[in-house]
Order: sequence, then C-alpha cells, then structure tokens
Amino acid sequence: MKNKLSRLAVPYVVWMALFVVAPIIMMVIYAFSASNGGFTLNNFVKMGAYAEVFIRSFKLALIATAICLLVGYPVSYFMSKEGPRFQRMAMVLIMLPMWMNFLLRTYSWMTILENNGLLNQLFQKIGLIALYNRMTGADLSYFPMMNTQGAVVLGMVYNYLPFMILPIYSVIIKLDGSLIEAARDLGAGSATVFRRVILPLSLPGVLSGITMVFVPAVSTFAISQMLGGGTELLLGDLIEQQFMGGAYNPQLGAAISLVMMVIVVVCMLVMNRFGEGEEQAVML
Amino acid sequence: MKKSNRFGNRLLMALVFLFLYAPILILIIFSFNAGNSSSVWKGFSLAWYGKLFHNRLIMQSVYTTLIVSFLATAIATVAGTFAAIGFYAMRRKLRDSLVTVNNIPMMNADIVTGVSLCLFFVAFFNGWGSFAGWLNSIQSVIVLPTRLTLGFGTLLIAHISFNIPYVILSVGPKLRQMDKNLIDAAQDLGCTWMQAFWKVVLPEIKPGIVSGALTAFTMSIDDFVISYFTAGSSASTLAMTIYGMTKKRVSPQINAVSTLLFAAVLLLLVIINVREARQEKRAAENRINL
Repeated sequence: MKNKLSRLAVPYVVWMALFVVAPIIMMVIYAFSASNGGFTLNNFVKMGAYAEVFIRSFKLALIATAICLLVGYPVSYFMSKEGPRFQRMAMVLIMLPMWMNFLLRTYSWMTILENNGLLNQLFQKIGLIALYNRMTGADLSYFPMMNTQGAVVLGMVYNYLPFMILPIYSVIIKLDGSLIEAARDLGAGSATVFRRVILPLSLPGVLSGITMVFVPAVSTFAISQMLGGGTELLLGDLIEQQFMGGAYNPQLGAAISLVMMVIVVVCMLVMNRFGEGEEQAVML
Repeated sequence: MKKSNRFGNRLLMALVFLFLYAPILILIIFSFNAGNSSSVWKGFSLAWYGKLFHNRLIMQSVYTTLIVSFLATAIATVAGTFAAIGFYAMRRKLRDSLVTVNNIPMMNADIVTGVSLCLFFVAFFNGWGSFAGWLNSIQSVIVLPTRLTLGFGTLLIAHISFNIPYVILSVGPKLRQMDKNLIDAAQDLGCTWMQAFWKVVLPEIKPGIVSGALTAFTMSIDDFVISYFTAGSSASTLAMTIYGMTKKRVSPQINAVSTLLFAAVLLLLVIINVREARQEKRAAENRINL
C-alpha cells in the first residue's frame, strides 16, 4: 500500500525537475555565459561596479528587519496575553491588509508622503512647518519625505510587518504555560521569566520572521521604485533593469540574482544552525 | 500597575493597527473623491466606480488575475495533495531530499524565482523553435507553431509552481498526524486502496487541503514579482496593471477596484469567522450537555 502511494508523487517530482531545478540551472548557465554564448566570468567582474547597490540593499533591508522585529515582537507578545476573542480579531486585522495588493498599499503611501501630500497638508494645518521654519530659520513650504531612504524603509516595514508578527505570535501562543508557572514558582520575576523562558522558546518564530521579512525586503524593486523615486537603486531594481529595462543584459541580471541567492541562502543556513543550537539547548 | 500596563500594551497594538490601516482607509476614501487627485478632496462621488466598469484594461486584468488564481489554486491543490501523499509514503531519505527541493521556491526571493523561470521559458522557446522548424521542414502532416511567447500559459505554470509547495506544507503535517493503522484497517475491512484513499485518507486530511488551497489562492492574488517576469506582454494581472500605472498616473479607478476587492474579502472573512464562532459555540454547548 505504502509503496503504491509513493507513486502519486512522481508527476510532481517531474514537475519540480522541470520548473524548479531546470530554471535555476538555466540561471547559473546564463550567469557564466557571455552574450554570444561562450563561457565567461565577466558578469561577476562587472558586478564590482554595483557594490554600492549591494551595500545599500542589505543596509536598508537590515534596518527594516530590525524595526519589524522591535515592533512585531512586543505586538505578538501582548496579543498572546489577551482573551481569545481579542486574539481572533487581532489576527484577522493583521492578515487583512495582505489581501490588498501591496502595490496599492505602497501607492497609498506615495499620496501620504508627497510634497503636497496628506501628511504635509496636515503639518501645514497644525503649523508644524511654520514652527520649524521659525526655529531653524529655514524656508520650507513642505518636508521632503518622498524619494528618500527613509521612505523606502517605511514601505518595507509597512509591507512586511505582518510576516514578522505572524510566526512569532504562532510560536508564543503554543508555549507551554506550565513552564512559565514553574519558573514563577521557582522565584523568577516577570522580567526573568521573559528573558530566561519566553524569549529563548520563541526564538524559532523570531528566526522565521526575520527570514520572511529580510528576503523580500532585500530583493524588492517595486517599493524602492515607488517610494525611492528611482534615486535609491536596490538589488531588485538592478536585476529588473537587466531584464525589462533599458539596460538589457540578462546574463548580468542572472549573475546578480545568483549572487543574491547565494548570500541569502548562506545567511539563512548560518541563522538556522544558530537557531537549532538554541532549540536543542532548550530541550536539554 | 497591572491596569496601566495593559493600557500601554493595547495602545501599542492600536498604533500598529492604525499604521497598517491608515493607508488603506485613505485609499478607500479617495475612491469616492469627485476630483481626480488622490490627496485633495473635492467632494463625494461614485463616478470612478462607473468609469471602472467601462475600463477595458482594468476589467481585463481583474479577469486574468481571477482566472489565473482559480486555475492555479485548483491544479496546485490537487497536485500538491497527491504529491504530499506520495512524499508521506516514501522512504525517509528520499523524502527529505525531495522536501528540500520543494522548499526552494518558498525560500528563494520572488525575483530569483521569476527571473529563473523567465530564462528557462525563453531558452525552451528557442529550443522549441528550432525543433518545430526542423520537424515542419521534413514532413507536412503536423505543422507545429515555431514561435512561442510568454503569456497566459507561462503565467499559469509559474503560479502553479509557486503554489504547490504551500499546499504540500499544509497537507503534510495532517498526514503525519493521521493514525497509520487507519489505512490498513480499511483495507482489512475490504476496501480497495482507491476506496481507502477516498473514504479514509481524504476526510482525515481535508482541513489541511482547505487551508493549503486558501494559502495558494492568497499567494496567487497577491503575487506581482513572479507574474511580472513570466507573463510577457500579452497577459497582464491586476498587480501588473497597477505597477504600469504607478509609473505615470494612477487613476482613482484603481482605488475603486481595490475598494471593491477589499470589501469582498472583508465580507468573506466575516462570514468565515461568524461560522467558526458559531461552530465553536455549538461544540461548547455539546460538551456541557454531555
């Protein structure tokens, strides 16, 4: 029976070979070939010119991930302490924005942050801009917020915050309550319980949250194009330009994608190793 | 002390929800704007909703999005369920390596998946072109098309590919939770293995299949990056249309269409939640009665 059942996976194994493995092999081949088809390492050499973009992408993605963690962890933790009805409601409220396309939500930020956008209109109404001008002697009619790195980070945090909250929450909610009681019985205060019991046990959720935020943040191109106005070029933009934009060069695009993939996979392996160690320590 | 603490917690949560919902509310409010600006209010009007239904481009892309998402979800749910059962029945070593490959599309950045699929399709089309040309030149019974391009077909394949792993991810645990003796018992009682599958295995894993299908559908509807690289220029999903518009001017018609979609999802969620709450209540009552 069991062996017969395993045959059910055959179609999908073929599918994976065709549409998961073969495309990645294709990408590797492209990364190592010149535009005339011969073997070359030139694509990787050319990438040196874009070191700045690599650094900026990783920097902004790291900042966004850190903010998501700093906001997302307390929210998940506080949520888990509320009643079941509140929790269900909060979960729905966190999931709901994901159903609205992220481009639309990012576009909405554009209308908020624009020079004559809603936030600047508000600042003008409450006299904040006039106050700022009087205090610094500047002559601003609006605060420039669009097309800055801050706006790009804001867009990343906004779009990926639920991906941080959900895994952390789902781990915290499954924590064994008796462990916390035991810690209290043994004389630990609230802070100690949190630091020695809850935090280490919720680490798997934190790690998966970090990956789920960092990977899309480091590779985004829509958010940086919309909120960064094309001035803050990120890795995703660079790749997109090689395939769709004016700088048509799929070989270079494949090479950049490959390098990005390798860096992300290495980061994740290191992190998971680290996380596994923690989990085992907890189990001992 | 305890009270103020709780107030602080709720304040933080309220602020986060405000942060999450403010842009969406603004988007919805300005879909009713009489003017065509998305930051200056000119009075209430439903004009953009009227115009929306006459906009070929938007309606066509909504249609494409829905069709692709439904088809991809249906195919991925069936294929993923079978694959999960197959994986479950395999020897451990083989299964572990296949599961690793299965995880690749979920771990990879979307842009890497999109780019690699795009390169693969283009390379395949080139190979196909020369093959079809050669075949057409040596015989005339079957005439194969020599020029294939990115379009609805490739879009659908891409969506199925990134959906299946999510189905497997949610069906797999349900299979492992299932009592292994159930299948043997069913067969001992005279079921063929087909019957055992339909009458025993399937009902056991149904919740996993449903949640897998829901995840897959959400992923399909929400996807932009992979579609962008695999749809070519002949097919356009709503996300791609919006992206194209943000490069120039976004018409408030887009606000209108997203308001409608949002309202539909909201309605669906309310129905699901009310039903769940009712079921739980009934279950609780039954427990008391017992």
